[in-house]
Amino acid sequence: MPVNSTHYLFLSLLLFSIGIMGTLMRRNAIIIFMCIELMLNSVNLLLVSFSKLFADPNAQIFVFFIMVVAAAEVAVGLAIIVMMYRKVHSVDINILNRLKH
Amino acid sequence: MNLYDTLFWFLSAVSVGCALGVILSRNPVNSVLFLVLTFVSISGHYILMNAQFLFIVNLIVYTGAIMVLFLFVIMLMNLNADVEPQKGQLVQLAGVVSGGVLFLVLLAAVKTASPVPIDKASIDIGLITNLGKVLFKDFVLPFEISSVLFLSAMIGAVVIGKKEESSPLPSGE
Repeated sequence: MPVNSTHYLFLSLLLFSIGIMGTLMRRNAIIIFMCIELMLNSVNLLLVSFSKLFADPNAQIFVFFIMVVAAAEVAVGLAIIVMMYRKVHSVDINILNRLKH
Repeated sequence: MNLYDTLFWFLSAVSVGCALGVILSRNPVNSVLFLVLTFVSISGHYILMNAQFLFIVNLIVYTGAIMVLFLFVIMLMNLNADVEPQKGQLVQLAGVVSGGVLFLVLLAAVKTASPVPIDKASIDIGLITNLGKVLFKDFVLPFEISSVLFLSAMIGAVVIGKKEESSPLPSGE
């Protein structure tokens, strides 16, 4: 069976679900952040395969912008995590839930 | 089975296996290295689909810059498997079940999608000549706005990460 669009669909679904599982399973804030990056990348893969499918370059430009936003997000997010680590000396999300109280 | 299919299955196995390694390994440094491998295999998918510009951007920006930043932060905090917080077995099982159920629901939703063969005719769509023309003709305003976004992200990271000299430690917590 030659590779077609459904294979890429299933592959990115699998990667996205693994990212969701990691977000729900882990307590380390950095690992959760990395799982979010994994989900972003699975969506990028699907966009590129659809761009190939419909011979449309706009989807690849969208992937480029997603990468731009992800880079900005990582810079700010890691700065927040470093700041929280400096305050409470932990990256455990069970300790970082002070907004609840 | 031709070369394209063989490479597709190989890269898919690598990406899924390394993604599982990210969420299953205890040591955060191993997680980062597994995620780098996942991103490299996704870059391999891009080159397989002849998206050469995105291949090189993904390799440089994600595996070169973002993951090295993660690695720096993890090594700065001196995290290892001994101090790694673990959720209870029940919560982990619940996470796996919820992720699996989401996967099944999405799978059921796209199961009936008609398989379209990947277009081998449009080979030059991901080349930088083509994408550059599209980017600077149709998407020039978002491109400029993204530079403002980068500037604000940079300023935000510096402001957030700056050491506060005179702030007293919260004593009530």
